[in-house]
Amino acid sequence: MKWAEAIPTRFAYGEELVALGHELPNLVVLEADISKSTQTYRFAKAFPERFFQMGVAESNMMLVAAGLATTGKIPFASTYAVFGTMRACEQVRTFIAHTHLNVKIACSHGGVTPGNDGVTHQATEDLGIMRTIPGITIIVPADYHATRKLVRAAAHHVGPVYLRFTRDPVPVIYREEDEFTIGKGKQLRSGSDVSLIAIGDMVAIALEAHEQLAQRGIQADVIDIHTLKPLDREIIVASARKTRRVVTLEDHQIHGGLGSAVAEVLGEECPTPLRRIGLRDTFAESGEYRLLLRKYGMDADAVVAAAMELLQR
Amino acid sequence: MRLVDTQHVERLRTLATAIRRRDLQMVYDAKLGHIGGDFSDIDILVALYFSVLRVDPNKPNNPDRDRFILSKGHSAGALYTTLAYRGFIPLDELNTFAQPLSRLNGHPDRKKVPGVETNTGPLGHGLPVAVGCAVAAKIDGAAWRTFVLTGDGELQEGSNWEAALSAAHYKLDNLTVIIDRNGLQQGDFTERTMHLDPLAEKWRAFGWSVREVNGHDYAALLDVFDQLPFEWGRPNCIIAHTHKGQGVSFMRDRPAWHHRVPNAEEYAQALQELDAQGGEHGSAL
Repeated sequence: MKWAEAIPTRFAYGEELVALGHELPNLVVLEADISKSTQTYRFAKAFPERFFQMGVAESNMMLVAAGLATTGKIPFASTYAVFGTMRACEQVRTFIAHTHLNVKIACSHGGVTPGNDGVTHQATEDLGIMRTIPGITIIVPADYHATRKLVRAAAHHVGPVYLRFTRDPVPVIYREEDEFTIGKGKQLRSGSDVSLIAIGDMVAIALEAHEQLAQRGIQADVIDIHTLKPLDREIIVASARKTRRVVTLEDHQIHGGLGSAVAEVLGEECPTPLRRIGLRDTFAESGEYRLLLRKYGMDADAVVAAAMELLQR
Repeated sequence: MRLVDTQHVERLRTLATAIRRRDLQMVYDAKLGHIGGDFSDIDILVALYFSVLRVDPNKPNNPDRDRFILSKGHSAGALYTTLAYRGFIPLDELNTFAQPLSRLNGHPDRKKVPGVETNTGPLGHGLPVAVGCAVAAKIDGAAWRTFVLTGDGELQEGSNWEAALSAAHYKLDNLTVIIDRNGLQQGDFTERTMHLDPLAEKWRAFGWSVREVNGHDYAALLDVFDQLPFEWGRPNCIIAHTHKGQGVSFMRDRPAWHHRVPNAEEYAQALQELDAQGGEHGSAL
């Protein structure tokens, strides 16, 4: 795991938007005053006539995006995940999801990756909120390459999509040629002792834990659930049937996000001992991203401990 | 000031009375609806759909159509009845209003009803969506226009003012908001609930070009619509002074009739009053 070469996934978003702008004349981008942060400034430079600065007014931005979508435009509306899913929650739910409009809610600063910005800017409830809204596809890419591919997939997907990116750099784990399909998880490592099912920036942590477990002679299955909804039930159930032990990893509260989604699937189809890595019903402190992962039991050591506990049951 | 075609105005007035009558019947049958607000805005809807909007009921999704958004989605009864009289949906279908599994729900749904551009009902959201439509037309250099009808009480929602800022910023002279200024909201008079006045000054301060008009006077309404856009580079605001419950004496300007359903006696009296205004002839138009 090369943390020295890590890249924030929002950078990949900004770059892919420009590439898509050349191909999709109907693609438009809306922004709420943080285009440097969300990286949409790249699109703004390349396509100023299709970039709309909406000011510090996220709720309005979502509805303007909805209006644009009624006419056949493909709007990407960008802000921080806390604002996109919470300040504008009703706008997203009633006017984008219920109307099933082709709006992409593309948000940076997911999970505790905003670190030092603190709780106000850390989105640790967004996935749970979005997951309860019918009809929204939820995508959380793990790294730079996954983000490029999945932003592209989202642009070509017809219907509302919520995309979540990191503020802080995360390791590059994929190769440029890797392909992604919305709704299909990626099997990254194969093992029969324990399943590590992860989303977003936590996929890198799962791979770190995989290495540590391997040193102890334990073979872990590692799965990247880049699409939280629709969830790839098959890959989850197949892994659980194989290993009989599951650990989920998410940069989010353990309620409502990946851990809950996996628990629901396993409960219905394949009851399996489960441990959930994530924030345990607490807001995080302000602090450097990786320090927060350690403090809240979300680093590789904590994952290994959870896996060992399952193995020793 | 365009020459007023008195025959046309008379036709619209008769049509509006027929639509009020049918809407009343629909609400009475369904035992729910918002008759007060419906009657407040029906004259505006009739002016729009029968004189202003470039829409074709046979091609409801024509990309070059004018867009109309009813921000006060609780006034769905008035919208459905107007759409039916304009040919977007069968008149008979009005019998299904608010029935189980009907597509004519208590609030309009774009996926179900031809001519409905977006879902509305939660207040304060029609204008921002309309801003998005108007921006799209500007991107394409298209001639179609966007109209949105809001209540006055819903202007208490801050979302309208975010949208008002953005419409002025993007110089959306192809966007028109019509405010159904009847002075009442669900619970009480607007000015007792949360002051809105001076309303025209607020919109002017936000960069809009504002006109005030009697929202039940067809000659005045047509004249003001005829002047659009009021100024190049500015969004248009029409404050239409109206009366909630217009057309029925005992409903007019009475807060109770926001969503009250008439009993048999009230229904008969309301029908009688509307018939006296020529409502029974409207369906022949």
